[in-house]
Amino acid sequence: MMSDVGRSRPQFSRETEKEQRLTLIQREAAGLVPSEPRVAIASAERGYYELPLLKEPTWTWEIPVYFFIGGAAGTASVIAGIARLTGASPKLVRDARRMSMVGAVLSPALLISDLGRPERFLAMLRVFKPQSPMSMGVWILMGFSAGTTAANVGAWLRARSRFPGVAGFLESVGDVAALLFGLPFASYTGVLIGATVIPVWNCNVALLPAHFLVSGLGASVGALELAGNDAPALQWLGLGAAAVESAVGVAIERETNPSEAPLKRGSSGWLIRLGGVLSGPIPLALRTASLFMKPKPAIKLRKYAAVSALVGSAITRAAWIYAGHVSARGSRP
Amino acid sequence: MKTAAFLTDSTLCIGCKACEVACKEWNDVPPDFVEWRGLSYDNTWALSARTWRHVMFVEGIPEIGKGGNDPATMGWGLLSDVCKHCEVAGCLEACPTGALVRTEFESVYLQPDVCNGCGYCVVSCPFGVVAKDEVDGRAFKCTFCYDRQKADLKPACAKVCPTQSIQFGELDELRERAQERMAQLKDRGIHDASIWNPVDTSVAGTHAIFIMRGEQRAYNLPPQPEVPTMYLRSGWTSATVAAGVMLVGTLFAFLGTGGRK
Repeated sequence: MMSDVGRSRPQFSRETEKEQRLTLIQREAAGLVPSEPRVAIASAERGYYELPLLKEPTWTWEIPVYFFIGGAAGTASVIAGIARLTGASPKLVRDARRMSMVGAVLSPALLISDLGRPERFLAMLRVFKPQSPMSMGVWILMGFSAGTTAANVGAWLRARSRFPGVAGFLESVGDVAALLFGLPFASYTGVLIGATVIPVWNCNVALLPAHFLVSGLGASVGALELAGNDAPALQWLGLGAAAVESAVGVAIERETNPSEAPLKRGSSGWLIRLGGVLSGPIPLALRTASLFMKPKPAIKLRKYAAVSALVGSAITRAAWIYAGHVSARGSRP
Repeated sequence: MKTAAFLTDSTLCIGCKACEVACKEWNDVPPDFVEWRGLSYDNTWALSARTWRHVMFVEGIPEIGKGGNDPATMGWGLLSDVCKHCEVAGCLEACPTGALVRTEFESVYLQPDVCNGCGYCVVSCPFGVVAKDEVDGRAFKCTFCYDRQKADLKPACAKVCPTQSIQFGELDELRERAQERMAQLKDRGIHDASIWNPVDTSVAGTHAIFIMRGEQRAYNLPPQPEVPTMYLRSGWTSATVAAGVMLVGTLFAFLGTGGRK
């Protein structure tokens, strides 16, 4: 049997060696080698021929992009609301609101692109189902879109309309709604993937919503800084987000649960690490260094930190989805 | 209303795959992309959007000198897998369109005209049953022959099974019948048979019960399936706490730096 070359055989004691060797030859002749199977077998440890128990996620590339954009847009509306409340620069408020608006327009477009047809998105608007994070997410997206649209339209009208009071009221109501829906909009995606059967996702269900919210904050702060805003508050928010993301990275590295393997090993593990380093330690170091510098080089460093956090946030979402695929492929009963 | 159920007794299964064929014929399920897999006699692999009954072939290891009919030897483990129609169904809870419903027969039915293909049921099924048809774009699974049951007919797979390996009936009655069968198997010297019906888990029992010999996990039947809704509480708690911390943090960041720069 040609295929036996190189296969190590069990060691036998002298007395029974001949007898057992004979049995092994008989078994090999029958094409059955139970001690060292060369092909997949069905067993308690390996499951049914090492085929995965669970199905892989079916989402296309639009979904991790949506997670990223939703995180940035949701947290941007929180910044817009708080910035306006505390009397920060009008440019910052305007930029943050517009970023939310971009997110509110792109998000349904990405979801429809994943589903295939616009009517399929509408099918979700016939149901309100608290036990389904997908259903809750759609309604959060609806509230967020309505709020941020009202805020942007109100602000636009206030400068042009003959009734600035009415327009201003619309703007304020919009800002409050966008802030209240923006928070869950940035974090619900963590609940969405956490409350599934995919082992690597559900064993991190308590981490994911907070992780995604903070990752979104790092991204929105970065985008606002790149748009030319240098409010010190953004610097502190960026520092906070980078510090939390660094802590999340450490927490993931310290995990010992076997279900966490896709976060640490193989290509999915390295993607998680890349996203983590770009969102955590790198912006943290750059921002800390910029605190001790003169304004001009400091702003430059902050922009590098901003790019790093933005890219890191996008990679983080892609990495978590990818890790889910790896986890499903390795699932056994 | 009665609870319809399957009892799939794999000790009677001969691996003829008539159930797979009957299911496809009755439900007009399009062809699945079967190719040679090199895994025993099974080229179907798993339940999918286009396979709602799946006969598994678990090859035992015959002992030299022992006949295939020896009660201690299991030459072949053949089991026809199907949607479990869980008491607490993960897919049903997750569906954001209401396409998945509980029928009057207590089965879980996916309405294809409502399904939008979001794929959330796929990652919510603890048994890897529901799947998305990549060509059609929607999810599909066993209907428990809802149309046939409406007309007082047995599901197609149970009707066609030539050895009564697939039995259809009322859940409690089938549970009793499974116990009787276990006693009968023991009498005949078969001691490695067991019933799979995860009642003491968050799935709270299934409407598809299985009897098989040997390891249950060798048939990809998990002993401890969990419904993913059990993770909702910690997920939303995390989202709420994080939202509160971020709101306060952002407020302090702006107030602490004097708001207007």
